[in-house]
Amino acid sequence: MLIFILKRIGFMILTMIVVSMLIFVLLETNLFNTGDVATRVLGAYVSDEQKDMWREQHGYNRPTYIRYIGWLGNFATGNLGDSTRFKSPVNDIIWPRLWNTTILGFWVFAVMIPISLVFGILSGMKEGSKLDRTISVVSIVTTSVPDFASCVLWWFMLVFFFKLLPGTSGMAEGFEFKQLVLPVLVLVVYDFGYVARMTRASMAEVMMTPYIRTAVLKGLPYNKVILKHALRNALIAPFTVIMLQVNWLLSGVIVVEFFFAYKGFGALLLEASLNNDIALLEACAMVAVFVAVGTQLLADIGYTYLNPRIRFS
Amino acid sequence: MADAVTATADLPSQSMAASLMRMLKSFALLRESWVGMIGAAIIIFWVLIALFAPLISPFDPNAHLKPFAHPGAEYAQGGTFWLGTDKTGRDILSRIIWGSRTVLFYAPLATFTAYFVGIIMGLAAGYYRGWVDDVLSRLADIILSFPVLVLYVIIIATIGASGTNIVIAITFASGPGIMRIVRGLTLDLRNRDYVAAAETRGESAWRIMIIEILPNARGPLIVDGCLRLGYVIITIGVLGFLGLGLPPPDPDWGGMINESRQLAMVFPYMVLSPVLAISSLILGFNLLADGLREISLRD
Amino acid sequence: MQFDDNAPVLEIKDLNLSYYTRAGEIPAVIDFSLTVTCGESIGLVGESGCGKSTVAMAIMNYMGGNGAIKSGSIKFKGVELTTLNPVELRALRGSAISMIYQEPFAALNPSLTIGNQLTEVPMTHEGISREDATERAAQLLGDVCLPDPERVMAAYPHQLSGGQQQRVVIAMALLSRPSLLLLDEPTTALDVTVEAGITKLIGEISKKYGCSQVYISHNLGLILEVCDRVFVMYSGEVVEEGTINSLFTWPKHPYTHGLFGCIPLPTADKNAAPLRPIRGQLPLPHERPNGCNYGPRCDHFKEGRCDRGVIGMDYVSATRTTDHRVRCLRWQEINTEPDVLHSEAKEPLPIGDTVLEVEDMQKYYEIHDRSIAAIIRGESVKYVKANESLTFRAHEGETVAIVGESGCGKSTFAKVLMGLETATQGHVRQKGKEIADVPVNKRTPQQIGSLQMVFQNPFDTLNPSHTVGAQIARVIKKFGVEGNKAKIRQRVLDLLDIVKLPRDFYIRRPRQLSGGQKQRIGIARAFAGNPSIVIADEPVSALDVSVAAAVTELLMEIQREHRTTLLFISHDLSVVRYLADRVVVMYLGQIMERGTTEQVFAPPYHPYTEALLSAVPIADPEVTKREIVLEGNLPSVLNPPRGCPFSTRCHRKIGKICDDERPPVQLAADDHYIACHIALDELRAVGPVIQVPQESERLHVVETGAADPA
Repeated sequence: MLIFILKRIGFMILTMIVVSMLIFVLLETNLFNTGDVATRVLGAYVSDEQKDMWREQHGYNRPTYIRYIGWLGNFATGNLGDSTRFKSPVNDIIWPRLWNTTILGFWVFAVMIPISLVFGILSGMKEGSKLDRTISVVSIVTTSVPDFASCVLWWFMLVFFFKLLPGTSGMAEGFEFKQLVLPVLVLVVYDFGYVARMTRASMAEVMMTPYIRTAVLKGLPYNKVILKHALRNALIAPFTVIMLQVNWLLSGVIVVEFFFAYKGFGALLLEASLNNDIALLEACAMVAVFVAVGTQLLADIGYTYLNPRIRFS
Repeated sequence: MADAVTATADLPSQSMAASLMRMLKSFALLRESWVGMIGAAIIIFWVLIALFAPLISPFDPNAHLKPFAHPGAEYAQGGTFWLGTDKTGRDILSRIIWGSRTVLFYAPLATFTAYFVGIIMGLAAGYYRGWVDDVLSRLADIILSFPVLVLYVIIIATIGASGTNIVIAITFASGPGIMRIVRGLTLDLRNRDYVAAAETRGESAWRIMIIEILPNARGPLIVDGCLRLGYVIITIGVLGFLGLGLPPPDPDWGGMINESRQLAMVFPYMVLSPVLAISSLILGFNLLADGLREISLRD
Repeated sequence: MQFDDNAPVLEIKDLNLSYYTRAGEIPAVIDFSLTVTCGESIGLVGESGCGKSTVAMAIMNYMGGNGAIKSGSIKFKGVELTTLNPVELRALRGSAISMIYQEPFAALNPSLTIGNQLTEVPMTHEGISREDATERAAQLLGDVCLPDPERVMAAYPHQLSGGQQQRVVIAMALLSRPSLLLLDEPTTALDVTVEAGITKLIGEISKKYGCSQVYISHNLGLILEVCDRVFVMYSGEVVEEGTINSLFTWPKHPYTHGLFGCIPLPTADKNAAPLRPIRGQLPLPHERPNGCNYGPRCDHFKEGRCDRGVIGMDYVSATRTTDHRVRCLRWQEINTEPDVLHSEAKEPLPIGDTVLEVEDMQKYYEIHDRSIAAIIRGESVKYVKANESLTFRAHEGETVAIVGESGCGKSTFAKVLMGLETATQGHVRQKGKEIADVPVNKRTPQQIGSLQMVFQNPFDTLNPSHTVGAQIARVIKKFGVEGNKAKIRQRVLDLLDIVKLPRDFYIRRPRQLSGGQKQRIGIARAFAGNPSIVIADEPVSALDVSVAAAVTELLMEIQREHRTTLLFISHDLSVVRYLADRVVVMYLGQIMERGTTEQVFAPPYHPYTEALLSAVPIADPEVTKREIVLEGNLPSVLNPPRGCPFSTRCHRKIGKICDDERPPVQLAADDHYIACHIALDELRAVGPVIQVPQESERLHVVETGAADPA
């Protein structure tokens, strides 16, 4: 097991390095004809001499690989550069925003996981039943409404018509729980369908297996068949799916935070890209990938641990 | 003996008849799932709208006519704004109709190129295994480890927003996922005896992959294809919404939502129409995918 | 629930079982009656679709969503099972009536330890504590001959071998002292020698625990070994029932008789007494004929009598005991003597020149262990010795059988021959040309076309996405047999004729074909290129008895016409004895014995051959067999024994020499080789494993004229 974990961590580091190269090449060089860095940062109306000076100042005239190594070194030691948009070091901006998104993510998962697991298991247990069909249809409908659209719809209902909640989540006067409700709601409604259906598929598959038939024909009470025999096998796949939802969440928050003006990581990323804030964009990208790869690693480890066939092979 | 002769002569027409019957049967199959039928109906509805856009669109979608008109308002020079106009005076109904063209052009195109790349990579990885599989899978893992939207944002932010670039970005982001699925199917199918039979005949590797293995993977791939079309439509919508979509003035449902959300308090109709349009189209694909999955399970 | 211990353990009367689908009601079992007394062992035999498994599921009342007991009664010790409520049913299952399944690995929960799955049975039914349950489970594991019960209880199912898993399932079934055991093909998924051990265990343990058995199988030989009485089922009905002795010696129903004609008994011979397949096909459940279900396929069918009315069971014995009953109107008029069991004799095929020479062929697979520990120890590259110095020869028109159980290396050997793998060392010569190191993509089309293969699994042998005709045509085109489209199509149709399938199968897809039909197409495909050598890899083991007989006879016929050399890979020694001219016995990658069929099946035997012969069930009650049961497990291929590979299980092991030294290859007779340390004279002194009585000593001949016992 230990070797497996070490191998996966090694791969994670490899991924991060490749990703950093990709990001660097995309953003800091002119490889894809993306336009000269200086022009992008300073704008098109600046004179050539000023651009040259800027480039010299920021070390853009050195060979690419030296720049890359320097940049990577900076990154590894925590120097994330300065944001041109916010006119301050990236470090001061990125971490509080990441924390905000973490809070949002926490509540999304806290609400979504129990609901989707329970509904998934119930519909998988009784495949084809009315409950199953209803949940299926509901989850298809909810996953069909893209999050930016459902932002609008929920906003209409809860802010416009029923005037229950505030329309934005800027948290200007400190933390207010009411302002979290809408973003969490949108994300939960959108993702619950997917996780519920994965769980349902896994549960339905398990209920069809010969070993469940054995358990029933051994005379075990039905609740024991489900709780002891079925769930142990049925929940392995949903566990992995849920871990990978963190990856999805990082995408989903962009839209939601943008719409509700929540000062989170996703909105930051968007702002950085719309404003050509290279340093901030790089930092956000690296952090996002790190979180994603990290959760993938945890998912892999968890899956190996939960599946005895792999654990003891 | 005479029977044998006539039987031989009839063979080409018999096999044509058989193929036709099979095609008709697959359409009839859809009837077994009412969910799939509804999905197909919605899709056909929008496809027809997109096809006949020039004929049915009441106005030029980019013409600035009368700002902030309410749904049902009359236009001085003739015609009605059935869904109202936006803040710069463009008729919303026309923009929705023409917007369907944009979506229904780019989404299938992007999905198709993604599938093309993904299938080639997946077949190769699953069939050859060994180092080919290692390299391709690692590559796929790396790309897949990016949160999807983050990837899009970065790519579009760097190479700029245009129709072609969106197709490239979607191919880049979806290709690995498709590759994973095809790889999994190929790994399973390559152990079948009929593949071994082809190998013992000395068939070339690519012939085996495309003719022996791929047709038997079409079930799950078709279902995934419908779902993925839905995701791609969402992606195009989101990019439009975030301001990273197709540059104006092409009507783009996502962009329409973004443009009008600030005013949604006062003019809800501006935002609701594109929301319902895009949601219904995605719903159509999801329902169709679900229906196809039901049918394939019953087979 | 009050059990009546004086009542029969199981009493089924007039049971009708049906499935209710969208297409309507499909009757699966009709008018089924059966009685099992205490300690009795009943066999339910039939081919797929006859309804035997459905009956077992009905006893447990677990027929699935769309199955139901339409009418009839099932009484267990006097208690009517069909009307029990769920609580009472649950109390019975696993404690009074237990079931043992076909695939042991699938029947066990992969995420729970064995101990956990065992102890929950008595804990649920008897409410005893976990400690007591653990103790009882350990004791039972000892009873099923599993050593080291603690280790087994702590293990997960995938850590045990197939045979061990089945023993666990048996132990699990016996934990709460059931009165009735239902066994649904418990040994089908296991290797032959493992099967023998499990069969013996089942026989002993039910005597020890005093339970009755309902044993379901398609294998008449197994039923003979295990059961006291047997019920033969066809298309949902019992067509004949009787004691083992009565039914096996004097089968009365044409179907039973036909089944015996399909089994390669020791008295069958491919030339002198060929198998006699049953013509026709099983009727679809909703298309059963009027009158006798078997009518359309029966050679003794009489129009006007056999196709009307309901046919009941008739007593064979004059005293009307239930010893032997048959569902046939004409049984007294039909001659069911064993001498009409077989088809007409045929001319043996003359053997020609050598077409295949294998010399010292070796195939090792490399396994790279990349863990740090292995690299340090210098053992990072390990070898799986799949084939080790194989040597033999095959001639034109000859059938050479390669016999062995799973892991013996026969599939690897086939792959090397076909060019899917290349040999690590050694020679393989096809008509003089070396092919051992030539992969298939470097061989000429003629070479490839002249060495083709028939695969094991009929359901995967054809590509489901293409038509049958297209697939055969492709082979013809690839091997350059014909060039022009019309000629190719003609050849395909000719091949369809040869394999006795209708010509319009050309445009059909594999999904519309049955298993037997698919295998025939597989054969057509293999012979499309006029091969001189055909490798048949267990071509009939996945098919029903009667279908297998038909396909086997087809192979023999084609071989006869084309004088093809057939390399027949199998683990079924009965079939091997029937159709092979020469036999090669493999174990863990090495050849243990090789010679002609007569030489191998008679002493001197290699101890492994001896054990294999003893393990094969034979459906002839007058044949005697010596019993040899192997202990121990197959060694791992990564770590084979240094000396003789069979040393870990050999019942004739002479000592340390067997563990340390490779056995010498001894020449026992002309071209008969045995690889063993034991001296040939000692081996010759061993008596034969199987004794077939002389024809004149047979029961039915001794009691001349008395076709039915009075």
